[in-house]
Amino acid sequence: MTRTDTPAAGAQPLLELTDLHVYYGNIEALKGVSLTVGRGEVVTLIGSNGAGKSTTLRAISGTHKPRSGTIKFEGREIQHLPAHEVVTFGIAHSPEGRKVFSRMTVFENLQMGAFSRREKIDDDITRVFDLFPRLRERRSQKAGTMSGGEQQMLAMGRALMAHPTILLLDEPSMGLSPILTEQIFKIIAEINEQGTTVLLVEQNALMALHAAHRGYVIQTGKILLADTAANLAANEQVRQAYLGEI
Amino acid sequence: MPVRRSRLNFVNLFLWVLGGSILALAAFGAFLTIQQGRLSGDQWQTLIVAGIALGSVYALLALGYTLVYGILFMINFAHGEVFMWGAFTAYFAATALNNAGMMASNPILAFVLVLATAMLVSMLVAVMLERIAYRPLRGAPRLVPLITAIGASLTLQYTARGFYGSGVRAYPDFTLFDGSIALGPVGMTVKQFVVIASAITIMVLLYLFINNTRTGRAMRAVSEDKDVAAMMGINVDRIIVTTFAIGGLLAGAAGILYTLLFNQVHFFMGFLPGIKAFTAAVLGGIGNVIGAALGGLTLGILESLGPNLLLTGYGIPAPNQLKDVIAFSVLVLVLIFRPAGFLGRKENV
Repeated sequence: MTRTDTPAAGAQPLLELTDLHVYYGNIEALKGVSLTVGRGEVVTLIGSNGAGKSTTLRAISGTHKPRSGTIKFEGREIQHLPAHEVVTFGIAHSPEGRKVFSRMTVFENLQMGAFSRREKIDDDITRVFDLFPRLRERRSQKAGTMSGGEQQMLAMGRALMAHPTILLLDEPSMGLSPILTEQIFKIIAEINEQGTTVLLVEQNALMALHAAHRGYVIQTGKILLADTAANLAANEQVRQAYLGEI
Repeated sequence: MPVRRSRLNFVNLFLWVLGGSILALAAFGAFLTIQQGRLSGDQWQTLIVAGIALGSVYALLALGYTLVYGILFMINFAHGEVFMWGAFTAYFAATALNNAGMMASNPILAFVLVLATAMLVSMLVAVMLERIAYRPLRGAPRLVPLITAIGASLTLQYTARGFYGSGVRAYPDFTLFDGSIALGPVGMTVKQFVVIASAITIMVLLYLFINNTRTGRAMRAVSEDKDVAAMMGINVDRIIVTTFAIGGLLAGAAGILYTLLFNQVHFFMGFLPGIKAFTAAVLGGIGNVIGAALGGLTLGILESLGPNLLLTGYGIPAPNQLKDVIAFSVLVLVLIFRPAGFLGRKENV
């Protein structure tokens, strides 16, 4: 895994969030979040429960509309677009809690992932099965009957079926054993090496900072820190708050 | 298990006793009827066939309820009126074709045309219903679209009454379907055969559509999780309209099949079949496609066979007058003892 410590300096960012405000009813979940993701990067957004990590991803994928602020993808503003159009731009979202279609088979779930594309999907299926050999074995099984780890693989595979330029990954390690978590992170690195940009939301800050090039720390809806992953991992404040050191 | 409110054990006990005694009464009635030999084997067979024919119509209607429920978790109580509008359209189309002499010269084409127009109009009514009455209320508390549904139902009923009056209109006869037919040892009228065969064909097509097409998969995805379905690139609103449209097509088909069996149309004709099809959908497990088909057939057979089998033994005169009592007793019993229906909500749209 290559890990440069330089942010996408100079180059136009792939994804740019500017002063994003998102509400749930009257509760302000994001209070002016700005962040950028460069092409080819793995960027992580870390923070504690309820800090606004998932909300940020939901705003990007169009699932929850921001009240103000802009989201630019490849230079175009997309914050007003409905979710089913956002995905056609090359933004795929693997949501928190996996959310696989549990009454559908593994294969059908992957077909759903490619719903936004009308071309042949055989090669993509092969690619996903190569990344997650486990899914090949289970292709005819109902997704709801699989283990948490398998469902996580399916959720990621399903998102990849959209041929995304950027993959939004929400808590891929949630509820998984350390061994499985390590495996998932290896696959994230592999996906990135194959050319997909990744925006990774994690509570497991240690693993996330290890895998990412750059990181943002979010707290109660505001970006607290932004730096290279290595610097964040070395930051005293981060170590105390998120890496479990006292 | 019905014991969900364990603190109300007295109520549960009462319900069990009530349900048990109704079942015992029914069983005893059936025993008496059979013992007295009031009806011949042929008569029983006729009743069962009539029940299957009626049940096929209920099944087509029940599918409309269950598809919409599967996606919106809402009971479209105006569905019976979608059916009624299909039947009315069929009436006008059939009368027009009859006057033009087409029913005599080319009866098959005439039937197909009548079927197509009825299905189309029902589909349009269902789609308008969704756009005007339900879509603006998406996200409103559940009670709100329910009340709208009742309002829409009355609007559609009395619009029909305003246009066409409150009289019963006789349907022109499809002489093509006169006579009877024997399938092995089972005899039935040609009309019953057409009704059952059309309903089965339509249901098989629907099943294949839901399981094997892109839109069918999208419908299943939306019924599981609208947010995630949208993330996949599915236009959820479009799938919801499609679902109403399919429900409307089925209701239109049910409308013409029903008039084929009963030969008349009336502005209020959607009410009882609508409620009964809803019962059938609950019976099979609301949200479950196969359940709706099964529930419809079960209810049709129960309604046709039940009064004769369960009540004649007690010497009750004209038991068929009580068929609705049987249908709705079944609804109440199912709601008490098996609120999730025969099949629950496992695999479905």
